[in-house]
Amino acid sequence: MRVRFWGTRGSIPVALTSADIRDKVAEALFRAEGRRFESVGEAHDFAAKHLDFALTHTFGGHSPCVEIETGIQEYLVCDMGSGARPFGAHVLARQSGKPATVNVFMSHVHWDHIMGFPFFGPAYVPGTHIRIHGCHEVIEQAFRLQQAPPCFPVEFSQLTADIEFVKLTPGRAHEISGVQVTPTPQMHSGESYGYRFAAGGKVVVYTTDSEHKLENRAQTERFVRFFHGADLVVFDAMYSLADAISVKADWGHSSNIIGVELCQMARVKHLVLFHHEPAYDDAAIEGVLRETRRFEELTRGTQALRISAAYDGLEIDV
Amino acid sequence: MPLAHYLYDNALVLGPTGRLDHDNCETFREELAPHLARSAKDGTSIVLDLSGLEYVSSAGLRCFMLAAKQAKAQNSRIVIAAMQPVVAEIFQIARFNLVFEAFPKVRDALAALSPAAAAAFDRG
Repeated sequence: MRVRFWGTRGSIPVALTSADIRDKVAEALFRAEGRRFESVGEAHDFAAKHLDFALTHTFGGHSPCVEIETGIQEYLVCDMGSGARPFGAHVLARQSGKPATVNVFMSHVHWDHIMGFPFFGPAYVPGTHIRIHGCHEVIEQAFRLQQAPPCFPVEFSQLTADIEFVKLTPGRAHEISGVQVTPTPQMHSGESYGYRFAAGGKVVVYTTDSEHKLENRAQTERFVRFFHGADLVVFDAMYSLADAISVKADWGHSSNIIGVELCQMARVKHLVLFHHEPAYDDAAIEGVLRETRRFEELTRGTQALRISAAYDGLEIDV
Repeated sequence: MPLAHYLYDNALVLGPTGRLDHDNCETFREELAPHLARSAKDGTSIVLDLSGLEYVSSAGLRCFMLAAKQAKAQNSRIVIAAMQPVVAEIFQIARFNLVFEAFPKVRDALAALSPAAAAAFDRG
């Protein structure tokens, strides 16, 4: 499987400002310390080898949209945040005019997870099949509402793709396009659902907008079972632990610390920090990643846990 | 995990030891509760001497958070002292350094809370 991240930011999309770009360029020039580069390629190599990721890249600002490629013709994607717009462009380019079949898995219908759908190009292509899977009763209502006047100029009924809403049962493994998909309920305002995708002996778990109450041992054990042995877990690590259990308790999100602990207990191979706090700049997210890796080192048992921070455009082969 | 406690004038020093995690955090909370209640009643400040604490998990950190919240609600003070490097790193990563005032040594914490407590500590 290949997991491709189109949107990784939580709550609301963000963008780098012109001042952010200026500061990155200035800092990069400063760090170059007067070096001469014979070509752009040489400068590129220097940046890649010697400068921080947060200086030479950006984690990006699209809200959640994560594609899971399984080698079959159909597309699988989690959530339709603003990252659905570039994902849609990718689908159109890859299809070269042929209608696609896209399976969407909705964690929930808060705005940051549905806002990309009106800009999802394949929805405007006749013959395209879009199956929107989820466990909530209100998914179709939410998708139609956000395109109803006066919020959007194109009503849902005007979309020319064949769009179907498919209700899934939490806790049950569903066979969808050759992939075994199991949803599980999560703690979030209005409830959310995580998904465990299993295919070809590999397992990817997508678990965002999910709060974990430390005092609830039964819930912890349920998630350890849900994550168990996964090759990759995409985890809501929006807040620090201190915030998640104090001023932002009951806001429906989790922390890097809880992500590491759950993945260690579940013997997960790779944890991806996801649903980044929109107030964080690139340096702050890179700092969280560095600290999370250090926390894993401090608490490591017999198995090392690989840790990454998701960014728009990241691809991970599982 | 035994919770050693020493009173220095109007400050109480509590010393959790070993590991604080899912398995023993409720016991720690129960042992901490009467000290917090006393703090509310007579204004005794609390210093958590973490020199003997080797590791704290998220469940243990939650106990500290609940104690900090209770202290704030009852207008009493609870501070941290003498963290081992690993525990200090975990506090930093979890941003608990923003929740607790922390001091390198117990003496420093007592001095910040009350000159009388620091003097009592010096007397031994």
